[in-house]
Amino acid sequence: MELGLSPDQKLFQASAKGLLEKEYSLDRIRDMADGEPRWNRDWWRQGAELGWAAAIVPEELGGGSVSGEGVRDLALLAEELGAGLAPGPLLPVNVVLAGLVETHGTGPDHTAEIEALVAGESVASWAVYEPGREWSPVAPGLTATPAAGGFVLDGVKDRVEDAGQADLLLVTAATPEGVAQFLVPASAVGVTVSPQWSLDLSRSFGEVRFDGVQVTADAMVGVAGADQVIERQLQIAVVIQCAEVCAVLDRAFAMTRQWAFDRYSFGRPLASYQALKHRFADMRTWLEACHATTQAAAAAVQERSPNAAELASVAKSYVGDRSLVILQDCVQLHGGIGVTWEHDLHLYLRRATLDQALYGTPQDHRLRLADLAAI
Amino acid sequence: MESVESFRLRARAWLAENMPRQAGDEPPPLSDDDTSDWIRARELQRMLYAGGFAGICFPQEYGGLGLTRAHQQAFTEESIGYEMPLPLNIPTFAICAATLLDMGTEEQKRDRIGAAIRGEEVLCQFLSEPRGGSDLAGVTTRADRDGDGWILNGAKTWSTSAYAADWGLCLARTNWEVPKHRGLTMFLVPTKAPGVTMNRIRMVNGVREFCEEFFDDVWVPDSAVVGEVDAGWTVASRQLFHERNSMGGGSPYVSGRGHPRTVPKVTPLEIVRACGRTEDPRIRELVGEYLAMAAVQRQTSDRVTRAVGTGALDPAAVSLIRLLHAEGAQLSDDLAVRIAGAGVATGTGAEPGVAGRVAIGYLMRQSASLGGGSTEMARNVISERLLGMPREAAPDRDVPFKQVKQGR
Ligand SMILES: Cc1cc2nc3c(=O)[nH]c(=O)nc-3n(C[C@H](O)[C@H](O)[C@H](O)COP(=O)(O)OP(=O)(O)OC[C@H]3O[C@@H](n4cnc5c(N)ncnc54)[C@H](O)[C@@H]3O)c2cc1C
Repeated sequence: MELGLSPDQKLFQASAKGLLEKEYSLDRIRDMADGEPRWNRDWWRQGAELGWAAAIVPEELGGGSVSGEGVRDLALLAEELGAGLAPGPLLPVNVVLAGLVETHGTGPDHTAEIEALVAGESVASWAVYEPGREWSPVAPGLTATPAAGGFVLDGVKDRVEDAGQADLLLVTAATPEGVAQFLVPASAVGVTVSPQWSLDLSRSFGEVRFDGVQVTADAMVGVAGADQVIERQLQIAVVIQCAEVCAVLDRAFAMTRQWAFDRYSFGRPLASYQALKHRFADMRTWLEACHATTQAAAAAVQERSPNAAELASVAKSYVGDRSLVILQDCVQLHGGIGVTWEHDLHLYLRRATLDQALYGTPQDHRLRLADLAAI
Repeated sequence: MESVESFRLRARAWLAENMPRQAGDEPPPLSDDDTSDWIRARELQRMLYAGGFAGICFPQEYGGLGLTRAHQQAFTEESIGYEMPLPLNIPTFAICAATLLDMGTEEQKRDRIGAAIRGEEVLCQFLSEPRGGSDLAGVTTRADRDGDGWILNGAKTWSTSAYAADWGLCLARTNWEVPKHRGLTMFLVPTKAPGVTMNRIRMVNGVREFCEEFFDDVWVPDSAVVGEVDAGWTVASRQLFHERNSMGGGSPYVSGRGHPRTVPKVTPLEIVRACGRTEDPRIRELVGEYLAMAAVQRQTSDRVTRAVGTGALDPAAVSLIRLLHAEGAQLSDDLAVRIAGAGVATGTGAEPGVAGRVAIGYLMRQSASLGGGSTEMARNVISERLLGMPREAAPDRDVPFKQVKQGR
């Protein structure tokens, strides 16, 4: 968590928590069935009223943040929603907004789409991954071929979050002028969405086929050669992921610590065994480090500092790896009950495992760090 | 108070004008005699003092500048690329002077802190003993009353750079009739006092930085007592706080960045450049891992320091950064060995070369989890004081020290 929150930020967090708990308890999430929608539009619209899609959007486009530092507020929100393993398109909508806001004024106008997203009336998702490929956002296989009045899109995207509920897809595509992004209605002719199995019970993903999808030139977001915009979107995605994983770790650690006080063996609490105390001390240290690096990344992305890309990769590399080490040890310290469906730990482990995998694995980000350091 | 930015600009100009540039990237030759390094460190410190950039976070009345941690950080950033008196950072300033500032008499603060800031004196720690270092409150070096002074007898060991120091903070037992924490007193002892015999100890990397000392009827005046008689544990606790904090990178009294030459280490960045394996993605990933961890260590030090400062975290939280420091330092050693690959086996010709130095640094890997108090002790502190877990059973608790069982 960020040290020292303002009263407005605390209120922002508390309202998010209230709305989440009202609708989606962990028990409800545990019982979510395959194929069932993970969240409802009305609930998301209420969240949008609380500012869930507004933090990184300037006021003149309908947005606004409680502290004036939108990225940090978004991280706070991601923590609050992450702690409850919230369903909902927080990440996809904000990542798409990051791209739209970043390009505002440089290409075709998307003001109306931005406003609808901020209001929660519309939902969008980033179609960036492609089947069988690892993270390589600026080298899409999907093509956008110039045609009369616009482009024709051909190719397949997958791991598109909330593809089944999205109204708009922000699609990365190869054009003769370099990588570009297009905002495509999910209802466009030639777009086919099919659901994908998801490790995380409160998240859903889909594969999206684009078969000769015709879009007008107005669908383009910014201009071709969109590498910097994609970089910004990635940074926002990583900040959200790391923040929610920090919250997940806080929860799992607190639960496990309490368990160590309550559970007895050989007539004494688990918390009295040095072999276990030392593992708690390690976990507590890593937890602090996860928060520190996440906040540093959020601050750098907020300020657009020259090292924002680097600090985002530092955070993803560290939090991505450490989170799994911590969570698996929490399972170990629980004993057999830790691997049961009824226990909450696996819900946390699912979220962390999924988050470390998407938008660059820790390995991908380490390679990026070597590139950024010009090794 | 001068703004950080104005201070930074002034420092930048002064450094460019006055401080010598660091010689090349090449590590200096390995040597087991670093006398010249210590003479140089004192010289450099005197230059900082003359320029008005010494003791940035120490109060003005003791010779410092009375500025903030942010000023010190700005100075450190500006000092990169210049020769700095790095050997004086730890333990002289960050541990010993910091402890004196918290616990010393006016005279001790004025004289010792002042002399250190002027580059005239070096301080060291006489805590660990041959009988053990972890159980610090169990020291058996004794101090017995003698008129208006004390007579010390016993032995200390593993004292870093004591041969180069003028004064040592020495924890001794003054009362054997009470439980261990209540019969200790901290003394400020001249390292060259009559009756002190000091030997240098060779470490596995060939460096003779460690010392052992024997105290045979060493007389010190009453004014050598730091804090109260029999309340030495309060002083030692403060000292351990500063030690852990400085190990973790949280001390405001450290000026300049990097290792002194007396701690020969090769980072993964240095070895990857030296051995030219920059194209290999396996190697690049290891370098990325190093860069990430180094950044996380700095970020965590900043966060914990801020939190301890505002009271959001208990001071015991400095053990978090102490523990993370060991992890980071050891990861760095491990990665360097993996990057150096087969090079660690035979060095370059008859010299160790950079890869050989990686290997030599690796032999000292565990010093990061021993020096500054072991990581096991840090884990005890975190679990017991931060997480509230039950304390380890201790048969020596609440027992007069003279009845406590001792090892061989
Ligand atoms: C590079 C370096 C610099 C140093 N500089 C100084 C210095 O300047 N001044 C000074 O006084 N000392 C110094 N030391 C000594 C250092 O403080 C001690 O080595 C350290 O406190 C451990 O004490 P010990 O070596 O006696 O090991 P021991 O205390 O005998 O411990 C041996 C092992 O047992 C573990 N252990 C002990 N008790 C427990 C317990 N209750 N629970 C779990 N594990 C336990 C320890 O963690 C360690 O792994 C330095 C050491 C190093 C390596």
